[in-house]
Amino acid sequence: MKLSREEVLHIAKLARIELREEEIEKFREQLSEILNFVEKLNELDTEGIDPKFSVVPPENVLREDIPGLSLPREKTFMNAPETDGEFFIVPKVVKK
Amino acid sequence: MELLNKSLRELHTLIKRKELKPSELVEAVLKRIEETESKLNAYITVTDEKARKKAKIADEELAKLSEDEIPELFGIPLSIKDNINVENVRMTCASKILENFVSPYDATVIKRLREKGAIFVGKNNLDEFAMGSSTETSYFGPTKNPWDLERVPGGSSGGSAAAVSARSALASLGSDTGGSIRQPAAFCGVVGLKPTYGRVSRYGLTAFASSLDQIGPITKTVEDAAYLLNIISGQDSKDATSAKIPVPDFLEALNGEVKGLKAGLPKEYFVEGVDPEVKENVLKVAELLEKNGVSVEEVSLPNTKYAVETYYIIAPAEASSNLGRYDGVRYTYRAKDYKDLIDMYCKTRAEGFGDEVKRRIMIGTYTLSAGYYDAYYLKAQKVRTLIYQGFQNAFEKVDFLITPVTPETAFKIGEKTDDPIKMYLSDIFTIAVNLAGLPGISVPCGFDSKGLPIGVQLIGKAFDEETILKVADFVEKELKLNTVPEL
Repeated sequence: MKLSREEVLHIAKLARIELREEEIEKFREQLSEILNFVEKLNELDTEGIDPKFSVVPPENVLREDIPGLSLPREKTFMNAPETDGEFFIVPKVVKK
Repeated sequence: MELLNKSLRELHTLIKRKELKPSELVEAVLKRIEETESKLNAYITVTDEKARKKAKIADEELAKLSEDEIPELFGIPLSIKDNINVENVRMTCASKILENFVSPYDATVIKRLREKGAIFVGKNNLDEFAMGSSTETSYFGPTKNPWDLERVPGGSSGGSAAAVSARSALASLGSDTGGSIRQPAAFCGVVGLKPTYGRVSRYGLTAFASSLDQIGPITKTVEDAAYLLNIISGQDSKDATSAKIPVPDFLEALNGEVKGLKAGLPKEYFVEGVDPEVKENVLKVAELLEKNGVSVEEVSLPNTKYAVETYYIIAPAEASSNLGRYDGVRYTYRAKDYKDLIDMYCKTRAEGFGDEVKRRIMIGTYTLSAGYYDAYYLKAQKVRTLIYQGFQNAFEKVDFLITPVTPETAFKIGEKTDDPIKMYLSDIFTIAVNLAGLPGISVPCGFDSKGLPIGVQLIGKAFDEETILKVADFVEKELKLNTVPEL
C-alpha cells in the first residue's frame, strides 16, 4: 500500500501541520513504509479478543468534593505567546 | 571523582554525619558537568545558580538539624530528564516548540524528591518529546555516548544515561514509553528501572503515550534505583492511573536471597538478529543465577514478535492526541506570519516540531481517522491483549524473565537516522513490557569486543519490582564490572 499525495495532504491538514513541497514526497514514502510495517498485525486472528486500552483495571477514582487551589492566573499565562493577563489572545476567528 | 562514584546512601550518611556539606557536593557535580558537557551534550539546561543557592541554604540548615532529622536526599543534587516539570525551570522536551517554556509547577515526582531535600542541577537531553531511541532527534543536538563519543547514548533518556555514566549526574529521572529508560541505560552501562505502570505518578511528566508512559530512575547502581523508587512511588490524587497499592521498602529487597527463585528465558528474545556477544553475556547471567540456586527454564512469549508493530500504532495515536495542545496559543511558540487561526496552528506546528514528531503525529492522526480506526487502533489494542496474556501465562510458571535489553550495543551517530523503521526496531526487546504495563530493569552485564557495555533486562510481575531489584542487585554484586568510562 502506498499513500497518495492527496492522502498525505489530508492527514497533514487533520494534524494541523503545514508541509513544504519537498516534505510531501518524503513523508509519503516514510508514512507508507510505516503503515506497511504495522500491517503485519493482520497475520494475527484477533476475532473475539477484547481490546486492552489500559493495563490499569477500569474503575472509578472517587474523592470528596472539596474545593482546592488550582494554578494561579499568573502561572497559567506565563507561557502564553499572547495574553492580556486575563485571556489567551488568538487571531480573530469571526469574519464580519 | 571519588565523591561522585559514591552511592546515594553513602552520600546521605556523609551529609548526615556532617562530614560533607551540600555545597561541596553540588560544586563537585557542577564541576564535572563543566568538564564533560563539551564532549557529551547531556544537559539542555544547567541550573547552577539555583543549585548553588539551594546548597547554601542546605549548608545552613544542616548545622541546625540533628542526624535523625535529615531526610534521605538532603543536599543531594540530581538531574532530571527535560520532559518532567521542575517549577520555574525551563522545560523544552528537546523541541523548538517549547524552547522558551518555563514550568509553572513541580511534577509529583519532583515534589516528592524536594520533600526529601533533593537539589536539582539541571535538565537532561532527550529525543524530541521522548520520541526516539538515540537522542538524535533533539532540537538541541545529539548527546554522545561516554564510552565512545562517535556513538549514540540510546534514547530517549539519553542525556540522563550519559550524565550518570560520565558522573556528571549522581542520579537522574527518566521516562520510559517503549524502552526510553532501559535502552539508554544499557548503551551507557548504567542501571535503568521502568516501574510498573501506575507505580509512579505521571503528573507533571509531559504526556507522550499516556497508557505507556512511566517515570523511573537512571542510576549508577541497583541500590540507588531502589533508593529513589522508595521516594517517588505511590498513589497520587493528581494521576488517576496511579495505583492504590502499598509501596514496600525496596531497599529491603536487596538481600541477595535469590535461591529458590524461578527465572524464565523467553525463547523469542534469543533469536537471529541478536548480536552473538549480547546473547552470550545475557545467557551468562542466567548461568550465574542457576549456579546460585535459581531455576532457569525456557518460556515462550509467542506474540512478542508483534510488539513493535503494535506499539507503532498505539503510541503515535496517543501522541497525536496529546500533542494537539501545542497550537501556538498556550505553549510559548507561535509562528510569525499567518493568514488566520487555522493557518497559525499549521505554521506553528510545522515550524516547531521536528521530523520524527511530525511523522508520529501524522501516523496517529491517520490510524485514528474515520474509516481506519478499527483496522489499526482497535486491532493493535486487541494484539496488546494477546501480548499481555502471554506474559500472564509465563508468570504462572516463573517469577521473572531474563532477556537482552537491546539486540546490539550502542550504534554510531547517524547510522539509523534516515530509516525510521530500523530505528524503531532497536526497541524490540523493551516495548512489550510497556504494552503489558510490567516493571523492567536494565543492568550492565558485560562488554562487547569494542568495549561497549551490554545490558541484561529483568522483567517482573506487575507491582513486583522487589524481585527484579533483588536479582539485579545480586547480579551486579557478583559481576563487579567496572562501569566507569574513561572520558
